[in-house]
Amino acid sequence: MSVLVIAEHDNAKLNPATLHAVTAAQKIGGELHILVAGSNAAAVADEAAKVGGVAKVLLADDAAYANRLPENLAKLLVDLAGNYSHLVATATATGKNVMPRTAALLDVQQISDISGVESADTFVRPIYAGNAMATVQSGDKVKVITVRATAFDAAPASGGSAAVEKLAGAGDTGLSTFVGQELAKSERPELTSARVVVSGGRGMQNGDNFKLLDSLADKLNAAVGASRAAVDAGFVPNTYQVGQTGKIVAPELYIAVGISGAIQHLAGMKDSKVIVAINKDEDAPIFQVADYGLVADLFQAVPELTNELSK
Amino acid sequence: MKVLVAVKRVVDYNVKVRVKADGTGVETANVKMSMNPFDEIGVEEAVRLKEAGKATEVIAVSLGPTQCQETIRTALAMGADRGIHVQTDVELQPLAVAKLLKAVVDKEQPQICILGKQAIDDDANQTGQMLAALAGWPQATFASKLVINDDGSANVTREVDGGLETVTVKMPFVLTTDLRLNEPRYASLPNIMKAKKKPIDTLTPEQLGVDAAPRLKTLKVAEPAKRQAGIKVKSVAELVDKLRNEAKVI
Ligand SMILES: Cc1cc2nc3c(=O)[nH]c(=O)nc-3n(C[C@H](O)[C@H](O)[C@H](O)COP(=O)(O)OP(=O)(O)OC[C@H]3O[C@@H](n4cnc5c(N)ncnc54)[C@H](O)[C@@H]3O)c2cc1C
Ligand SMILES: Nc1ncnc2c1ncn2[C@@H]1O[C@H](COP(=O)(O)O)[C@@H](O)[C@H]1O
Repeated sequence: MSVLVIAEHDNAKLNPATLHAVTAAQKIGGELHILVAGSNAAAVADEAAKVGGVAKVLLADDAAYANRLPENLAKLLVDLAGNYSHLVATATATGKNVMPRTAALLDVQQISDISGVESADTFVRPIYAGNAMATVQSGDKVKVITVRATAFDAAPASGGSAAVEKLAGAGDTGLSTFVGQELAKSERPELTSARVVVSGGRGMQNGDNFKLLDSLADKLNAAVGASRAAVDAGFVPNTYQVGQTGKIVAPELYIAVGISGAIQHLAGMKDSKVIVAINKDEDAPIFQVADYGLVADLFQAVPELTNELSK
Repeated sequence: MKVLVAVKRVVDYNVKVRVKADGTGVETANVKMSMNPFDEIGVEEAVRLKEAGKATEVIAVSLGPTQCQETIRTALAMGADRGIHVQTDVELQPLAVAKLLKAVVDKEQPQICILGKQAIDDDANQTGQMLAALAGWPQATFASKLVINDDGSANVTREVDGGLETVTVKMPFVLTTDLRLNEPRYASLPNIMKAKKKPIDTLTPEQLGVDAAPRLKTLKVAEPAKRQAGIKVKSVAELVDKLRNEAKVI
């Protein structure tokens, strides 16, 4: 049995999301390899080789993988699949794009977004926005899996000394071409890995008012998130959305401001260690999951909180 | 150009589902069912392509039990031209849906297939990618903008973790919708009436020559861990005190 973890990266650095998939892979058991498919991505392979518990790193360095195009990556994964019992990726935008394509080409039913490993063929995964947990067993010859990062600790980023083996690429399918990207820039910690997250909802009223949350986040070294309503209204970019169909977060502290607590939002944050809700409606459902609820007008409470934290 | 749009019948997004006492699944009897919200966005996009003169026909496809026809009718009321119902009472998993859709694609030869990025019941986020794989087509997933170019290719803006990215795909291709692609219309009463006369073909997995048996065995379905009830604090000062001295998170 051997498990291939597909590294998430930007050709320069290994995305820490990968470390959570490594932990899930270790729970599955067997020899653990990491695939780095990228363009001029040798530095990522070196980083992956240092991850604790990894036996080998495969580096497929080819222009076809520069921009994570799923058609090209799936082709490579299909070529490699014969050597592995499991193909594992984190349930990131890239993982969700590439793995189902790979699974279908292998005639395998993928197991999405697992939050638990019961055995090498049995996994736990949330369904219905996390309102139910399904335990599913796969009889497919290769298990194709995506991993919910917040459900597994990060593997140690150092301590390993795996060999890096170079692979030839599987070629460019020519099916799609990358045009460009607009990445949201932020000096803040990344939303899915931040220790503290401050999120705003429709109650913020406009994008400008998110500055209140920025000031609070500065005090707590926090990432800033949002509800779907706040993103749809254009207050903040799509990358802020926390929830069933946005990002899944589980920080030490989650502060929900002007968010009602719809199930789709709760699905993305209810595994946070401590939840604080600030809402002027004492019946808002968010209070049902909050450890500390403050019924107040956010335009008073948030500046006051920021002030209090400066003391 | 034909556009095929997949519409799944799911438990309405407003329903708080309950796990069945025997742990075999969630309670779906007497529960409000609706079109998967991402598929409403898909139908809207397809109908807009037709209104813009880019598409000639919009075909709505739903797979599952008889009641899926209601979901197809909703799509027809929004402006789809005709429906295809692949009827089966077997539990359909994404790979089986993709194989069935591929068989429908072979018959209908659409240039674009639009699916939702994710069904809000199984939360799988797989079917569109799988259909693209089986058809050997490009895939443009999690789309927030679709522009059809004159040369028959399309530029698609995608919502990714770091922001937005744009890819060019050649037709035929699969598109999966994200929330910001458009705002779906409500069907007007006259259009609901008109939809009753639009044709729906019924097919079976056997007719399509597809083995739709599930691959994953569900061993059990359980409630998630419950959070302990919290408290309401009276002031910001009390909140800070609790976070510092009780929860010790700041
Ligand atoms: C397919 C689908 C997917 C979805 N995915 C997601 C998702 O991933 N993430 C997500 O978040 N949502 C998602 N949603 C949307 C979800 O159902 C809710 O509509 C959304 O979460 C509501 O956002 P909100 O709480 O900001 O807005 P509202 O529900 O409008 O709540 C605003 C809250 O602000 C409070 N408020 C207003 N003014 C003040 C003030 N001055 N001071 C204090 N409090 C104030 C109000 O009391 C209210 O509780 C999805 C929906 C669908 C159908
Ligand atoms: N039974 C079905 N009938 C019609 N469309 C479906 C069905 N199952 C999945 N789909 C399509 O595939 C999308 C993604 O579903 P999933 O991969 O299950 O998350 C949905 O939004 C639908 O567009």
